[in-house]
Amino acid sequence: MNVFSGQRPLSKRLLGFFAVLIAATAAVAIIGLLLGMLGTFSIKGFPNLDWEFLSEFPRNNNTEGGIWPALAGTTLLVLLMTILGVPIGTATAIYLTEYARQNSFFARSVRFAVNTLAGVPSIVFGLFGVGFFIQFLGGGVERITGNASFGDGSLLWSAATLAVLTLPVVIVAVEEALRAVPRDLREASLALGATRWQTIRNVVLPNSVTGILTGSILAVGRGAGEVAAILFVGVTYSSEVLPGSVTDKFMHLGYHLYVLATQSPDVDKALPLQYATTLVLLGLTFLLNFTAIFIRSRLRKN
Amino acid sequence: MAVNNPFARKRRHLGEHAAEWTIRIVASFSILVIFLIFIFVFREASSLLTSKSEPAEQPTTNVVATTDDRPEIYNPDSGPEPGSVTTTTTVVKDSDKPEVYNPDVTMVGMDEPVVTTTSIVTLDDRPEVYNPDSGPEPGSVIAAAAAPYEAHEQPTLWDNITSNVWQPVGENPKFGVWPLLIGTLKTTLIAILIGAPLGILAALYSAFFAPRKLREVLKPAIELLAGFPSVVIGFFCLTTVASLLQDITGSQFRLNALIGGIGLSLAVIPIVFTIAEDALSAVPKTLREASLALGSTEWQTAYRVMLPAAAPGVFAAVLLGVGRAFGETMIAIMATGNAPLSSWSPATPARTLAATIGSEMGEVVWGSEHYGVLFLLGIFLFVVSFGLNALTELYVKQRLIKKFQGA
Repeated sequence: MNVFSGQRPLSKRLLGFFAVLIAATAAVAIIGLLLGMLGTFSIKGFPNLDWEFLSEFPRNNNTEGGIWPALAGTTLLVLLMTILGVPIGTATAIYLTEYARQNSFFARSVRFAVNTLAGVPSIVFGLFGVGFFIQFLGGGVERITGNASFGDGSLLWSAATLAVLTLPVVIVAVEEALRAVPRDLREASLALGATRWQTIRNVVLPNSVTGILTGSILAVGRGAGEVAAILFVGVTYSSEVLPGSVTDKFMHLGYHLYVLATQSPDVDKALPLQYATTLVLLGLTFLLNFTAIFIRSRLRKN
Repeated sequence: MAVNNPFARKRRHLGEHAAEWTIRIVASFSILVIFLIFIFVFREASSLLTSKSEPAEQPTTNVVATTDDRPEIYNPDSGPEPGSVTTTTTVVKDSDKPEVYNPDVTMVGMDEPVVTTTSIVTLDDRPEVYNPDSGPEPGSVIAAAAAPYEAHEQPTLWDNITSNVWQPVGENPKFGVWPLLIGTLKTTLIAILIGAPLGILAALYSAFFAPRKLREVLKPAIELLAGFPSVVIGFFCLTTVASLLQDITGSQFRLNALIGGIGLSLAVIPIVFTIAEDALSAVPKTLREASLALGSTEWQTAYRVMLPAAAPGVFAAVLLGVGRAFGETMIAIMATGNAPLSSWSPATPARTLAATIGSEMGEVVWGSEHYGVLFLLGIFLFVVSFGLNALTELYVKQRLIKKFQGA
C-alpha cells in the first residue's frame, strides 16, 4: 500500500474515494439488476410452476393450461440444432487448426469471416434462413420432387438456421480448445511415426475434449434462447399437436413468451403464465450453461 | 499443425482416408455456408432492383395484404371463377397481429364470413404466389381496386424509401426509413450511454479495486447476464421496468425509447464488461508497478495509467456494444413501443430497424416490394454490424498488439 497517501490533501483523497466508489457502484448496480430480474421472475413465476403447467397443452387462446408443446418444441429444436451444427463446427475447427496452412490467405479469410459473423445480429440469420433454406433449398426440393412440405418454415429449417447462427461460436470455441493442446505433444506423436490423423485422434482430441464439450454446450445454450432468428422460419404460436416430423411447424418457449406478452387477447390474465414460462426458459438455458461449467471444472481436476 | 512429416504417408488405412476426407468435405461445406450468408441476404433484396423498372405492377400485389402469420397469396391460376370474391376473402384472415388491411379487400370481406380461428392459420402451410400478370377476371373486385393506382403517378422507390413515413401495409405503401433510423439511433444511443459507463466502470472495479471475493461473484454474475435470452430481458422491461418508470416519471407512453434503451443496455453490459476487462488485464503489469512506484495511488493508476493504456480495447468493447444494441431484435420489439415516429425524444415510442424486420417479416407477401425493402434493411444491419466487427478485428486489435509488443 502507498505510504504517502496519508499526507495527501483532503480534496485529493475525496476524489480518490469517489473514483473507487463510482466503480464499485457500477459493479453493484449490475449485480443488483441481475438479482432484481431473477427475484422478480422467481417470486411471480414459481407459484404457477407445477407439473400440470409443464405437461399440458395451452387452452383458451393461450390464456390457460400449460406449455408442454413449447417445451417439447424447444427441446427438439435444440437437439436437432446440436446434431446439425456441432459436428460440422468441430470438423471445421479441426480442419482449420490441423490441416489448413496457418498463414494462408484462405485460412485467414475464413477466420476473419467466422469472427465477424459471430457479431452479426441474429435477425440477419433469420433472413438468411428465409432466403437460403426455405426459398432456395426448400423451393428447390419442391421444384424437383414436387414435395411441397420443404417449401415452408419448419422444425428442420429453424434448426438449420440456428445451427448456422451457432456455427461461428462453435468453431471459435473448438479452435481455442485445439490450440490449447501443446505443440510438443503433436510433434512427439508424429516423431513416433503416427500419421496426422492418428495424432489427431489419439493425441489432440483426447486432450481437448473438455474444451470442445464446454464450448459446444455454451454455443448451444446461446441458440436455445434465441428467438429473433426463428421468428419466420417455422415457429408457430399455437399448435394442437407436437411436431411429428422435421417438416412440421413447432412451438418455442421464447416465442411463446413473446406472443403471450405482446399479442395475447388478455395480457393480464396470461401474466402468471408468462412469468412461469420465463422461469422454464431461463432454467433450460442455465441448465446448459451450468452443465458446461460443471464439465469444465470436473475435467480440469482430473 | 502443418508439420511436414516425411513418414506421414506410411501405414494409412482406408478408415483414416475416409475420416480425413470427411473432415475436409464437412469443413468446406461449413465454409461454403458462411460465404453463402453474404450472397443470399443480398440476393433476396435484389428483387427490388428488378421490380423498379415496372413500378405500375407493384401496387396490385398489395391488394392481397394478408394480416396473417404465414404468407398466403391468392393464386388466380388455381382456378379463378368469374366471381373470384370468395378466393379473395380467404386472404383476409384474422390474427392477433395488428391489422391494417387494404380497405378494398375489407370491403369484399364484409360480404363473406371472415375466418377467425387461429388453428386454421397453421393449416395453410403452402405459400401460394399471386400472379398479377394473369390479370383479374372482368368485373372482379380486384380490377376495380387496381384502377386508381394507374391514375396517379407512382413515385420512384428511392423517393419512397427516403420519405418520412413508414406505413408498409395499405393502399399506398410508404417505406420511409427515416423514422426507423431515428428510432434505431435513439435507442442505441441510450443503451450505450447507460451500458458503456456501467460496463467499463465495473470492469475497472473488477480488475483493480475489488476484493477477491466480490470479483468471484461479479464475473459469474456477468456471465449469467450474458446467458439471459433477449426475449426474457424484453419481457422484464415490458412488465417491470416500464411500470416502475411510468410510476416515477408519469410519462405519457408506457413503452418508450428510454425503456427500450435500458433493456438494450442490459444486453450491452456483458459484452462491454468482458472485453474491457480483458483489455485492462492485458496491460502489462510493469506499467502499473511503475506508476505505483512513482507515488501515485491505486485509483490514479487505474484511471490515469491503465485505462488510457487499454483505450483501444475499451474502444473495441464500446464498438461491439454498439453493434449488439443496434441489431438486437426481441428487446427492441417488446420494450420500445414499436411505433415508427420521427421524434428524437426518449419519452416517445421508437421502432428500430431490427424490430421492423422482426415484426413485419412474418406477415409480408414473399417476393413483394415490402419483402424486398425488409431485406434491404437486413442488408443495412448486416453491413453495419459486420463493419463494426471488422473494424475492431482489423484495426483495434492490431493497435493493441503493436502497443504492447515492446512492453
